[in-house]
Amino acid sequence: MKRENAINLVLLLALLATPFIAQAMGETFTVTLVTRIAILALAAVGLNIALGLGGLVSFGHAAFFGTGGYAAGILASHAMSGEPMLFGFEGSNQMPVVWLAAAIAAGIVSLAIGAISLRTSGVYFIMITLAFAQMVYYFAISWPAYGGEDGLSIVLRNAFPGVNTMRPMEFFLVCFGVLLAALIFSALLRSSRFGAALQAVRQNEVRVASIGISPMPIRLTAFVLSAMITAVAGALYADLNRFVSPSMLSWHMSGELIVLIILGGTGRLMGPVAGAALFVVLEFWLGGITERWQFFLGLILLVTVLFARGGVIGLLAGKERHG
Amino acid sequence: MTFALLIEQLLNGVQLGVMLFLMAAGLTLIFGVMGLINLAHGSLYMVGAFACASVAALTGSFWLGLVASLAAAAAAGALIEITVIRRLYQRDHLDQVLATFALILIFSEGTRWLFGSFPLYLDIPPLLQGAVGLPGGAQYPVYRLAIILAGALVAFGLYALISKTRLGMRIRAGESDREMIAALGVDIRTLYTLVFALGAALAGLAGAMVGALQSVQVGMGEPVLILAFVVIVIGGIGSIKGALVGALLVGSVDTLGRFLLPQALALMVPPDQAGLIGGALASMLIYILMAIILAVKPRGLFPAQA
Repeated sequence: MKRENAINLVLLLALLATPFIAQAMGETFTVTLVTRIAILALAAVGLNIALGLGGLVSFGHAAFFGTGGYAAGILASHAMSGEPMLFGFEGSNQMPVVWLAAAIAAGIVSLAIGAISLRTSGVYFIMITLAFAQMVYYFAISWPAYGGEDGLSIVLRNAFPGVNTMRPMEFFLVCFGVLLAALIFSALLRSSRFGAALQAVRQNEVRVASIGISPMPIRLTAFVLSAMITAVAGALYADLNRFVSPSMLSWHMSGELIVLIILGGTGRLMGPVAGAALFVVLEFWLGGITERWQFFLGLILLVTVLFARGGVIGLLAGKERHG
Repeated sequence: MTFALLIEQLLNGVQLGVMLFLMAAGLTLIFGVMGLINLAHGSLYMVGAFACASVAALTGSFWLGLVASLAAAAAAGALIEITVIRRLYQRDHLDQVLATFALILIFSEGTRWLFGSFPLYLDIPPLLQGAVGLPGGAQYPVYRLAIILAGALVAFGLYALISKTRLGMRIRAGESDREMIAALGVDIRTLYTLVFALGAALAGLAGAMVGALQSVQVGMGEPVLILAFVVIVIGGIGSIKGALVGALLVGSVDTLGRFLLPQALALMVPPDQAGLIGGALASMLIYILMAIILAVKPRGLFPAQA
């Protein structure tokens, strides 16, 4: 996999370098665009643990993305107003606290959803995760305390010690740092004993069970881990837009996250990054040409699924080696 | 809360259930026979509604619109089956989800392109306007009763088609062993196209009938699609009987939950709180129902023989 490693490194460096070049050329908007890439990539890195390594096609990761977003929004609004939350917790505008809260909240939600959904498999799993995400979506819409359908604004981006997050460049670096950490975690996980077991469960559940490893706890752990990473991305996404709304929980978001992975290459370490970059650039470029960009995005996606399996990384690095 | 109101809500629930059945029957048939998960089913529902609304506006006849909705949805279904879906039967579910997700983007944006962003409106035909009296003194719209009747007819027709006709026999054979039925000389590709078009036509019919109750707009199919997923998960994927039972269950639980929960809670907490909590809880009720049923029967109420 030498060639894939080289491509991965080039991709990361390009992602890191682009905002600096853009900043030097005075194109501040590009910095925001690349930040969006980094955050969506982070969400997809999370999903990729369940989907790529574990073969769990979760069509409900928007629930965790949105949970993270709402965690950021709710904590920030309480920090702003000074009122304590339910159970007497204080609000916070410190990113590390917000991330932790996002991860814990999504961990709890995903534990509940996973415990029920993972009893099933295949197409049932897809539909059930979709349905549960929809449940969270409707809950967010009909619960008026935090904006309901209108969403919740974050007046000031949450703070990170020693960084002025309101400056696009510094906020990007925070996001990039988290993405890098998640990628390293994901790479370590992949080569760990747990990662090996997870991939084995994907390839042949019966064989794994017959050597005495129970598949369910492995899958559930992977599902929860995956949700927690996606939730941190959600918190960053809320900070990026300084706004959370139920649309972060919508099933289009779940679909988009899967699309990112497929565009980049399923199960590849850097697939999510390549996919997110391609997706955001396509969205921006098509959106500039025509109002009907979704139509063409659909066509491109359709052609990718039908004819170009393996995505960007697959195209660049060749077939993945199994063994 | 009066008895009449309860009857009215119950009928509303059945009407929602019937409509969900039309969607779910197609989805479950397509999954049962071809093993395909079709997210674009909601788009076919939208196609039906748009075809009905625009033909009705053009000719002034709802009934011609209804025919047009069946034809348009079946044609759209056959078209995507031949161009796209056919390539997905041998693929895994992930590819199917993505390709049909892409189809949703194409259909939604394409429809917006053709018809603009403004919703269309469809009038209830003169024959079905008005209301009838119910026991207890309530008035109930004839049109909604007609939807229930139409759904019952379709359910019966579908049962007759699948269990009594030669085509139905082939569909069932295709479900249990596609290689064998192909080896026996049945053109399996045409059969698949037919089944897909049939499912699409049912979705189109549902869209057209609902179009007269709500506005006809882009994206109208997606909430219904997800409810239909809940229905077939509850009923057991691949089972038409399960789709019928699941649809009626989901339809009545959802409608009655929205009606009864806030009132039931009002007995325990202050009224403004009850409306709030009740409303939020009611919107989650069918998913909770799904979770409970899955906890007991992971393959649904009527698991299809796999």
